[in-house]
Amino acid sequence: MMETPLVVWGVKIGIVLGMILTSCAYLIYIERKLAAYMQDRIGPNRVGPFGLLQPLADGIKFILKEDVAPRHADRFLFFLAPTLAIINTMLAFSVVPFGPTSSDPSQWQSVIAPGVDVGIVFIFAVGSLAVYSIILGGWSSNNKYSLLGALRSSAQVISYEIPLGTSILGVVLLASSLNLEDIVHFQAAGGFWQWNVWTQPLAALIFAASALAESNRLPFDLPECEQELVGGYHTEYSAMKFAMFFLGEYTHVITISFLMAVLFLGGWHFPWIAEQASSYAGAWAVKCGVLGLKVFALIILIMLIRWTIPRFRFDQLMGLAWQSLVPLSFLNVLAVMCVKQFEWPLWTLSVASLALLFGAAALKGMAVQRRLQSAGRSPSPPSVAAATALGKA
Amino acid sequence: MSIEEQDVSWVEEPTIGLWEAMYLPAIASGLATTIRHAFQKPVTQQYPEVKPDLPLNYRGVHRLNRDEQGRVKCVACMLCATACPARCIDIVGAPTPWADRDKYPTKFEIDELRCIYCGMCEEACPVDAIELTSIYDLTGLSRQEMVFDKEKLLSVYDETIQSGKDPARTARGVLGPAAQNLVPPEKLAAPIDELPPAR
Repeated sequence: MMETPLVVWGVKIGIVLGMILTSCAYLIYIERKLAAYMQDRIGPNRVGPFGLLQPLADGIKFILKEDVAPRHADRFLFFLAPTLAIINTMLAFSVVPFGPTSSDPSQWQSVIAPGVDVGIVFIFAVGSLAVYSIILGGWSSNNKYSLLGALRSSAQVISYEIPLGTSILGVVLLASSLNLEDIVHFQAAGGFWQWNVWTQPLAALIFAASALAESNRLPFDLPECEQELVGGYHTEYSAMKFAMFFLGEYTHVITISFLMAVLFLGGWHFPWIAEQASSYAGAWAVKCGVLGLKVFALIILIMLIRWTIPRFRFDQLMGLAWQSLVPLSFLNVLAVMCVKQFEWPLWTLSVASLALLFGAAALKGMAVQRRLQSAGRSPSPPSVAAATALGKA
Repeated sequence: MSIEEQDVSWVEEPTIGLWEAMYLPAIASGLATTIRHAFQKPVTQQYPEVKPDLPLNYRGVHRLNRDEQGRVKCVACMLCATACPARCIDIVGAPTPWADRDKYPTKFEIDELRCIYCGMCEEACPVDAIELTSIYDLTGLSRQEMVFDKEKLLSVYDETIQSGKDPARTARGVLGPAAQNLVPPEKLAAPIDELPPAR
């Protein structure tokens, strides 16, 4: 085994970090443009051609702005929180493969830390730390709205951690590995129809919803909902510290899109152009490109969802997690276990997954109907009875 | 009076079927709506480059109209100052040197910062001397600069009268002879009550 020099790692980390930060900046630009188009507006178009230099201008503005810290804030924690926000999301990215990998360590590995056997567990461990940045930010600001946002966030993130983790359990069981690279290899080995999104559509759905909630994106952005909480946990933050919270959020979006692509959409695999066996010149770049395109499409989808679906009410948010997603994800794990244990063919898993989805929908529909019947349509509604009684008297 | 049973109609909440309870179709149709809008033509006006097309009755900065001889049309009757709810008009009248009217303003000041642009002065004016133009981008570096005096208001008239956006609306109603200038020049020296009746 050839030892890779430390410099190579440094350069690789530098390139990946630089790419993430740049793409964060331009994702914000894309999101603003997309939001504008969806609202029949034009969006940023003043700085540079088509407003393309807007992220640069924003960055300069954030750096040069006055950095205000409230007098009653806990200064140490107040400074620690945005740092944590960025470090956590960046750290989680270290085990996410952004291209093809191989079990041979002498080959080029498109991942910062190759061969981490507890890959997914690591991501969740680090990812759950993100709630600290929000809690500390909200608490140290010494401001009731910030604290409210932070409390909401802790409840939300902890609740959605469960369906998030459980939805992935099925994927892990199927691939028999916690290693993200192995999970991609498992999907690539089986071809297009062995992508986890086909075998476990329900798990993919649960993962997508919970991941959105984890990254505090609309429609789950209750920790920072402007209409109720001023700005939520980052109300008191300004200048670069605010930008770091923002960067942390966008890095989180990138990370969950990568995870979604890697876990459910076959990673770098695509039929005919990027198969496991394809070894033509430049196959490495094509695979990176395929994964990049998948991630980009997912990010765009997340943005489209943001400008389409209104925010949840807090009890609806909790109800969705505990009454729908948690039981469904457990049932999904049960289905995967059955398929594994009795060695049924994989298509039975797709059927079981869809059956669970439709079954849950039917149950929900029946429950709503029962509630409507018991609440609204008693044979002699009390108001009418009272009115007739009054008339007779 | 009680409500009869047959007069009451009960409205039911729409039922939720299997399709709606999955939420996904609703999300998909919502996405379709927003994506459709993404390809529609934006309604944005690029403001400093493209000026908005204002309606003719837009209420912007005031002007003092001139009559045919270039004199201020105002007769210092104080009706606009009385009608003004913001009390931003300050008029000092004096006997006129001209034969066709009694008074004219020696001082006519409007505080453009205090004005609420309601257009009551324009409605009150019996000779249509004060009118609101379509100028909306009014800026100044001091408060004093924003108090428009008679000369300034007349210069606004000179600027806007040819623009086509602000035609003089003088002939709209039935007006006094001072505004209409219906009197032949040789009769101008005559007393007011000998003038021909207004149209």
